[in-house]
Amino acid sequence: MEALDLARWQFGITMVYHFLFVPLTIGLSAIVAVLQTAWHRTGKHSYLQATKFFGKLFLINFAMGVVTGIVQEFQFGMNWSEYSRFVGDVFGAPLAMEALIAFFLESTFIGLWIFGWDKLPRRVHLACIWAAAVGTNLSAYFILAANAWMRNPVGYTVDPDTGRAQLTSIWAVLSNTQAWSTYLHVLAASFIIAGLFVVAVSGFKLWRSRTRGDTGTPGVTPPSGEHELFRTTLRAGMVVTLIAGVLAVYSGDHQAKLAAAYEPMKLAGAEALWETEDGAPFSAFAVGDVDERLNVIDLNLPHVLSFLATGEIDGTVHGINDLQESYEAAYGPGDYTPNVFVLYWSFRLMIGLGLAGVLLSAAGLWWTRRRRLPDNRWFYYATMAALPAAVTANILGWLLTEIGRQPWTVRGELLTAQSVSPGVSLGEVALSLTLFTAIYGVLAVVEAGLLWRYVKAGPSHLVPQAPDGDDGDSNDRVPAFVY
Amino acid sequence: MDLVLVWFIAIAILWTGYFVLEGFDFGVGVLLPSVGRNDTGRRVMINAIGPVWDGNEVWLITAGGAMFAAFPAWYASLFSGLYLFLLLILLALIVRGVAFEYRGKGDTDRWRAWWDRAIIVGSAVPAALWGVIFANIVRGVGMDADHTVTSGMADLLNPYALLGGVTTLSLFTLHGAVFLTLKTQGAVRGRARRAATRSAAVALPATTAFLLWTQAAHGKPWTLPLVVLACVSLFASVLLAMRRREGWSFTATAVTVLALSVALFGALFPNVLPSTTDPAHSLTVHNAASARYTLTVMSWVGVVFLPVVLAYQAWSYWVFRKRVTPQQVDPGSEDTTDHDPTAGKGTATT
Ligand code: HDD
Ligand code: HEM
Ligand code: HEM
Repeated sequence: MEALDLARWQFGITMVYHFLFVPLTIGLSAIVAVLQTAWHRTGKHSYLQATKFFGKLFLINFAMGVVTGIVQEFQFGMNWSEYSRFVGDVFGAPLAMEALIAFFLESTFIGLWIFGWDKLPRRVHLACIWAAAVGTNLSAYFILAANAWMRNPVGYTVDPDTGRAQLTSIWAVLSNTQAWSTYLHVLAASFIIAGLFVVAVSGFKLWRSRTRGDTGTPGVTPPSGEHELFRTTLRAGMVVTLIAGVLAVYSGDHQAKLAAAYEPMKLAGAEALWETEDGAPFSAFAVGDVDERLNVIDLNLPHVLSFLATGEIDGTVHGINDLQESYEAAYGPGDYTPNVFVLYWSFRLMIGLGLAGVLLSAAGLWWTRRRRLPDNRWFYYATMAALPAAVTANILGWLLTEIGRQPWTVRGELLTAQSVSPGVSLGEVALSLTLFTAIYGVLAVVEAGLLWRYVKAGPSHLVPQAPDGDDGDSNDRVPAFVY
Repeated sequence: MDLVLVWFIAIAILWTGYFVLEGFDFGVGVLLPSVGRNDTGRRVMINAIGPVWDGNEVWLITAGGAMFAAFPAWYASLFSGLYLFLLLILLALIVRGVAFEYRGKGDTDRWRAWWDRAIIVGSAVPAALWGVIFANIVRGVGMDADHTVTSGMADLLNPYALLGGVTTLSLFTLHGAVFLTLKTQGAVRGRARRAATRSAAVALPATTAFLLWTQAAHGKPWTLPLVVLACVSLFASVLLAMRRREGWSFTATAVTVLALSVALFGALFPNVLPSTTDPAHSLTVHNAASARYTLTVMSWVGVVFLPVVLAYQAWSYWVFRKRVTPQQVDPGSEDTTDHDPTAGKGTATT
């Protein structure tokens, strides 16, 4: 065991954790903004309720994204000082831009939005949630441009004197094809998750009120408006998921093509394709022998991989064994093969688990057409199960991306083993890994408990039902002192 | 002007902005038990910083990002070298940030008591450790020719650094107390006024001693006026607080924090992390900096966006300029008096 191993675990754990919350922040900020806009436009009380309700859930989640993000930024210097020294010139720029351009926007306007309900004119208050949503979606671009650069380094040279990377074109870094493609894909994934979050919450509330007449308060019958409200948000969530799903497939296909071009080893690993092939098949299920470097069982869809990777059914896809040889020729002896088992299953499960909710949404929109609502309880179970499935898919996609880049941190330039801080001891990393994991574990339980509590309590708990009908203008100025 | 110098100044500005702004919200957190007393009081305090603390914290994130971009070697050596301090700060900021958001979302006393502890510890730890860290930066750390920090805890917890920690902790507490007198109404305001005097009893001697030590050991001629300014305005802030000139008093504590931070950066220049092992191993603005192109790009980004950020942050402070009253956070509250014979007279400064 070395400090390096623990530093890698720590990065993986803290990043996966950060990314549990971030996609929901990205997607839900926009959804809440749309709900508030709908309220602003129509004046319907139920939209206000929906804004407040999902806004509250959004904030519970948002707090976790914020506090775990700071760890990510500091961690580069703490655990990966050699990496930071090498890339700072190039990689630091988007990071600093993210803070200056996006995080300030987001955090300031979130504060204004939370506390501004009764202080700001309605329009201005609405603009605040939009500013925060824009900031959030913008922040993702900068960080992903930084990450994309590690997979496809562009716009730099390595200074022969200092041995450090030097930026030569910021434009190249920000307009990296890999950056755009990754951004679209991550955005799509984020909106799938946010959409399914709304679907899951709405499905749960509908199911509860159907089966138990539950309002969160025993002995109180469910307000009929609430039922109507969640039917609307259920469908809205499904629409969001469906659109995002189409974008995810489209951009995912592009991601695979880029991987074929820039990181052929990742794609070969993801397909457990040991030997180079023309017209390579897409493997649907395989049992391989990683030590022997071959597959024992392989169930194939002919030509599909070649098409995915190159756009031609007979295109050449390089196999792991050939790639290993060519890397050795280029960079000297060493193991350039990432963990094939993880890559292979991450890829499959990402697609499968991620698209399951998209399919459910497509079907759900049909089943709930023209004011229908299915009676089958499996429908409601499925709406709730789709969310964790998509979150898992999202994490697996990142495992594919990051583990597939190994053994490099910056492809072709810097090995992971060379990136770690030389002055930091095993004990120090072990301590920080333990403390972060422990505190993250506790906070996960707390946040899940809070979400559960607020979902159960429902919107009427936050904003009283309008006295009659939908023109509840009288009581929408609720006190803004939320803390 | 030399771009490297520009970026040294930019980073000094970002850290200074961070200390001036988050300094008071740390102070409010530290004072939560003594000034808050009951739940209403604590909520008044938390709501006084509620809309702005996250925006204040982004100054830290930006300072970190800017160091990474403009002085990668500084960022790398410092963050890996002072590992345990930064670890503690991160843990503190995590529990603190979550606590603000989650405290009011449960309804048992135990739930709130736990989050109160998180806020107190989460505020006190960084408030003290930033002083320890910056004192060590100015003093220098053991560092080899590869710029790897070799100092252990025993060395990093030297008397100068500890004094730095006491200084920032007490100064931020005072800054927070004065902020509360300016931004709250009712019993909290009265207690905050007394807390200001009490924290000043530590902040005044500590800050003066720390600054004089800094000036004697690392100062430049031009940092002397800053040292004097910091001490004088600190003294003035206490007098002003006692006279209920709350706006001016807060300005004075802000000036103190600002002058202290600028004096530290001034004492540091042109080093960014001196090596006590061998001065030749020191990181300076030149050998730690990024290449010219990166600095140019970042300068443009800063020139365009920093004013925009300042404008909307200032606007958010303007929107929330009113005092927070107990009735606002708790309509049924009995706590309507200032517990103070001159209640209600001191609002003139807002
Ligand atoms: C719900 C989430 C979800 C869904 C349904 C999909 N993906 Fe994905 N995928 C991600 C979530 C994700 C992700 C977590 O967001 C990743 C990690 C890094 C990135 O860019 O997106 C990712 C990465 C990622 C990569 C690796 C990129 C790289 O390392 O260069 C490839 C090749 C694909 N995806 C391909 C696909 C294809 C072909 C899909 C469908 C047909 C697909 N993804 C659906
Ligand atoms: C949310 C998305 C991300 C997840 C889930 C994720 C996950 C991981 C995992 C699991 C590892 C460990 C891989 C290994 O050591 O085998 C890793 C490594 C790393 N990732 Fe990511 N990552 C994400 C995004 C990013 C981003 C945006 C960056 C940079 C901007 C980044 C930079 C790194 C670095 C520097 C390492 C350490 C060196 C290494 O082990 O390769 N990651 N990440
Ligand atoms: C190693 C990489 C990463 C670093 C250094 C990082 C840094 C940060 C920081 C410092 C925050 C807190 C901001 C605040 O206080 O307002 C944050 C939150 C956030 N991050 Fe990350 N992050 C990383 C990975 C990612 C990825 C991969 C994404 C998106 C795809 C992302 C998107 C966000 C978003 C949307 C938030 C929401 C909350 C907020 O900004 O306040 N981050 N991140």
